[in-house]
Amino acid sequence: MTVFVIRRLMQAFLVVFLMSVIVFFGVNIVGDPIYMLVSPDADQADIEAAIRRLGLDRPIWEQYFLFLKGAVQGNLGDSFVFGQPALKLILHHMPATLELAFSALFLAIVFGIPLGLFSGLYPDNPVSKGIMAGSILGFSLPTFWVGLMLILLFAVELGWLPSTGRGDTASVFGIQTSLATWDGIRHIFLPALNLSLLKISLAIRLTRAGVREAMGQDYVKYARAKGVSTKRIIFVHVMKNIMIPVVTVMGLEFGSLIGFSVVTETIFAWPGMGKLLIDAILQLDRPVVVAYLMIMVLFFVLINLMVDILYSILDPRVRLQDQGA
Amino acid sequence: MTAVLEVSGLKTHFFTHAGVVKAVDGVDFTVNKGEVMGLVGESGSGKSITGFSILGLIDQPGRIVEGAIRFIGEDIAKAPEDKLKSIRGNRISMIFQDPMMTLNPVLRIDTQMMEAILAHEPVPRKEAWERCRDALGLVGIPSPEERLRAYPHQLSGGMRQRVSIATAFLNKPDLIIADEPTTALDVTIQAQIIFEAQKLTRQTGTAMIWITHDLAVVAGLADRISVMYAGRIVEQGLTDDVIDRPLHPYTVGLLGSVPTANNRGERLFQIEGMTPNMLALPEGCAFSPRCGSASGACRTPPPIEHVADRELRCYHPRSQAAAQ
Ligand SMILES: Nc1ncnc2c1ncn2[C@@H]1O[C@H](COP(=O)(O)OP(=O)(O)OP(=O)(O)O)[C@@H](O)[C@H]1O
Ligand code: SF4
Ligand SMILES: [Mg+2]
Repeated sequence: MTVFVIRRLMQAFLVVFLMSVIVFFGVNIVGDPIYMLVSPDADQADIEAAIRRLGLDRPIWEQYFLFLKGAVQGNLGDSFVFGQPALKLILHHMPATLELAFSALFLAIVFGIPLGLFSGLYPDNPVSKGIMAGSILGFSLPTFWVGLMLILLFAVELGWLPSTGRGDTASVFGIQTSLATWDGIRHIFLPALNLSLLKISLAIRLTRAGVREAMGQDYVKYARAKGVSTKRIIFVHVMKNIMIPVVTVMGLEFGSLIGFSVVTETIFAWPGMGKLLIDAILQLDRPVVVAYLMIMVLFFVLINLMVDILYSILDPRVRLQDQGA
Repeated sequence: MTAVLEVSGLKTHFFTHAGVVKAVDGVDFTVNKGEVMGLVGESGSGKSITGFSILGLIDQPGRIVEGAIRFIGEDIAKAPEDKLKSIRGNRISMIFQDPMMTLNPVLRIDTQMMEAILAHEPVPRKEAWERCRDALGLVGIPSPEERLRAYPHQLSGGMRQRVSIATAFLNKPDLIIADEPTTALDVTIQAQIIFEAQKLTRQTGTAMIWITHDLAVVAGLADRISVMYAGRIVEQGLTDDVIDRPLHPYTVGLLGSVPTANNRGERLFQIEGMTPNMLALPEGCAFSPRCGSASGACRTPPPIEHVADRELRCYHPRSQAAAQ
């Protein structure tokens, strides 16, 4: 297990390094940020001074080398726009995004798994058909459109919930979260629901497919032949088996929740990393874009690692050291 | 002798889109206390469905359409689910064919064995666990405490099937239905498993239905043999009688396809033709397209006849044919 984790961390290091090359050179191809940063009536001397100040006069490989040198020391460069370290900016916006993503994951699990279980156990029931139709909608409707509809319905028409921004936060174990205040929960509900719709649909489909497959397995028939109650068959025999794919996939999807939050955060003016990224892209704030992407890569690598570990805990047949490099 | 199980006129049909599959179509047999009955037939002849019908484990689109299943005098063919649940695994238990598939891969052996006890008796977990440990010891599993903590994938196929057998005996049932429990195992393990099962039935007086497609397996194990073809029992009698003097052409064919000391090296006889299509059975005797003795009479279904020591469904039994 320890060997496995160390090897995976070394792989992660390599992945992050390769990504840094791609991201850094990629970002340098799109647009010249200098005209976004200097005032329109600045003269040539001002522009050149700005270019020098930002280090953009050096050859690209030298810029990259300097970036890498800083990165090793935990410095991903300063934001062109804010003049602050990019990493600090991102970390500052991270809790808002994480609580949004966790709330969405929570909704996906508490709605998706029971609905999927029901429709898997009673596939011919009209309610199940309704659930499946709903999940198709959840998959196919674009997130931004659903977000706008949610705002229209709950915020504009009914006026039940606020449509923009993050509400009050309170500190729990030293973390500022809106989940600790009623106002905060009211604010996070719509964006979290919007972000989770796709994942609710995914959880429904996964659970349903798993239940239907498991119910036809010999081990279910054998358990019935032992006289085991239906409740125990469903919640012990079947659930324990389908939790393996469900947890694995939902865990891996957590990274994409953070990624997708870019759209949701923009619609709901949620002050998270996604919103920061969009603003940074519009202003060609290269260091922030690069830092965001690096952090996302790190996130995905860590999530994968955690899912692998979780998987080996859930499935007794899997042992981590058995997996090759 | 007291009958543990009396099945009469049992019909279990599957109502599929392609048509009605008469998987079990008028089956009668009796199993007495402490007796082992071998239920023999080719793949698809309805052996497993007969077993599942007895336990009330027939799923959609199938159902028991007719017949009685008297278990210790009481007809359970139409018994409510609660009643059946209290019988399953308790008074009648079942051992399945493939030990790789029947144990739940993510639950430990102790969980899966103990639930068979706890589903029927509110005993303390410790007591249930001890009973499981002792049961594993009885079927020849070394260091049972350790095995109980294992997951199925950590045990060999033979070991898993011993676990199934031990589980089947846990509640001292009146009847065990063993559905080809050794087919997936290699020959030496097969012999050991049969030996253990036989020993336990003797010791406990449990009756057993041993389902197999291999006459050689039941020859040394069963007291009586029922031969099944296309949903019906075509020949039934004491094991020695059936093996030594098969009367039904199908039984004769089955016996010809068993490798023995006498025909070693020779080409094994194979029953001609294909196993029947259960959706389009021939009129009359279902075996007629493959039968060398078929005649015009065989176009009407042969009734059960009691011929000397046998029950038989055939117009032209072999011994008569040979005499002609
Ligand atoms: N769910 C089902 N739907 C339709 N037909 C079925 C179903 N289950 C079983 N049958 C049919 O019932 C017949 C008897 O099946 P059964 O499983 O009892 O055969 P078997 O004698 O146990 O064969 P095997 O040696 O292969 O286990 C087969 O022809 C099969 O196609
Ligand atoms: S009834 Fe006729 S067809 Fe059927 S087994 Fe006997 S002889 Fe053959
Ligand atoms: Mg079978």
